[in-house]
Amino acid sequence: MTKLTFIAHDGTHFDVDAENGSTVMENAIRNAVPGIEAECGGACACATCHVYVDEAWTAEVGEPEAMEEDMLDFAYDVQPNSRLSCQIKVRDALDGLVVRVPERQG
Amino acid sequence: MTGIISTDVLIVGAGPVGLFAVFELGLLDLKCHLIDILDKPGGQCAELYPEKPIYDIPGWPSISAQGLVDKLLEQIAPFKPEFTYNRMVSSLERLEDGGFRVVTDENEVFEAKVVVIAAGGGSFQPKRPPIPGIEAYEGKSVFYSVRRMEDFRGHDLVIVGGGDSALDWTLNLQPVAKSVTLVHRRPEFRAAPDSVNKMYAMQEMKELEFRVGQVTELKGADGQLSSATIKGGPDGDIEVPCTRMLPFFGLTMKLGPVAEWGLNLHENLIAVDTEKFQTSAPGIFAVGDINWYPGKLKLILSGFHEVALMAQAAKRIVSPGERIVFQYTTSSTSLQKKLGVSE
Repeated sequence: MTKLTFIAHDGTHFDVDAENGSTVMENAIRNAVPGIEAECGGACACATCHVYVDEAWTAEVGEPEAMEEDMLDFAYDVQPNSRLSCQIKVRDALDGLVVRVPERQG
Repeated sequence: MTGIISTDVLIVGAGPVGLFAVFELGLLDLKCHLIDILDKPGGQCAELYPEKPIYDIPGWPSISAQGLVDKLLEQIAPFKPEFTYNRMVSSLERLEDGGFRVVTDENEVFEAKVVVIAAGGGSFQPKRPPIPGIEAYEGKSVFYSVRRMEDFRGHDLVIVGGGDSALDWTLNLQPVAKSVTLVHRRPEFRAAPDSVNKMYAMQEMKELEFRVGQVTELKGADGQLSSATIKGGPDGDIEVPCTRMLPFFGLTMKLGPVAEWGLNLHENLIAVDTEKFQTSAPGIFAVGDINWYPGKLKLILSGFHEVALMAQAAKRIVSPGERIVFQYTTSSTSLQKKLGVSE
């Protein structure tokens, strides 16, 4: 199991055990992390699972692909460390990953 | 009153569940008219993820979302449903005869004996960009679509976004507007490369301006914009003249005016029974993702089941006293005649 931490907009920490191969978004939904809507269910089609990747993790998580960049155009308050959590797959190297939930989705 | 469109059943939403409702209602001889806010049938399947495969449609190990919509349209074609696109239902009132009058945002009037809400996640509406105070300008100097190009004549126009809508309107409104500034958060565009090249060519000719960044502040008074501040670009913060703004930030789903119809709601979903999928108002049904009942699963296949049961109840309302004979499409010659497959 890989440990992930979601920090909700109000500062609440959600520490969850995630299965490798699942997406960060799926773990947010399973653990009822507030502020992740995932309207389209993970199809990279709605930009409502937008998160900020903690600065310490941006290099390991990597850059969004072109399709995700396109979708990020629709997200609220996009920053250089913005990602759509449905496009980040959990793997061993992400053990300890911290992501922050924006003030709102769209 | 003239111009009223009458139908047995008015279906709000032309997604997969709304489409299959036409089939089940059609087998019971009920005529359907569908209204959708999009410009095409299919709802989320067509708008959000047309190419994504769906794996849990019975009998289809894998089918693309658009493929499913196409098959449903083929399946309901014998019943000749009518469609009204690009419209949102706004008001609903009950008529003295027990039927309903429904009016759209463009003031078309429909009368139906039964109303079926199959609106999925709600109606798709333009997303409001994250600019403080933008609400005050909406409908006066900030618009989310172009109804008449003349409304932009002589204005300092700021268009925000990087998709086809943003680029197309940048090119189309440039000859009309006093000035055009296109703002996008990055130099890459989703829009067709041809439009992007045209835009860059016009920028070379100083016919318009393209700026990388995000609009963060608006200035103006009484709903009338005067300037927009763009941040994050290579030139630092820049204030540009702006008397009209067109943000294109995609679509989001909202329950919309249906929430004002006085139906019992459960966390923004419409509560229904599980026998008829009827709402708290007799004659108004809700099917698919927009309804809620204990154990509800937001699956297309659940919606298909719901419309089959709903159709039985709708038939009893439209044709009271008529005996409903339960029949199979495999063996009933009368159903096969309706489907146009009998000898």
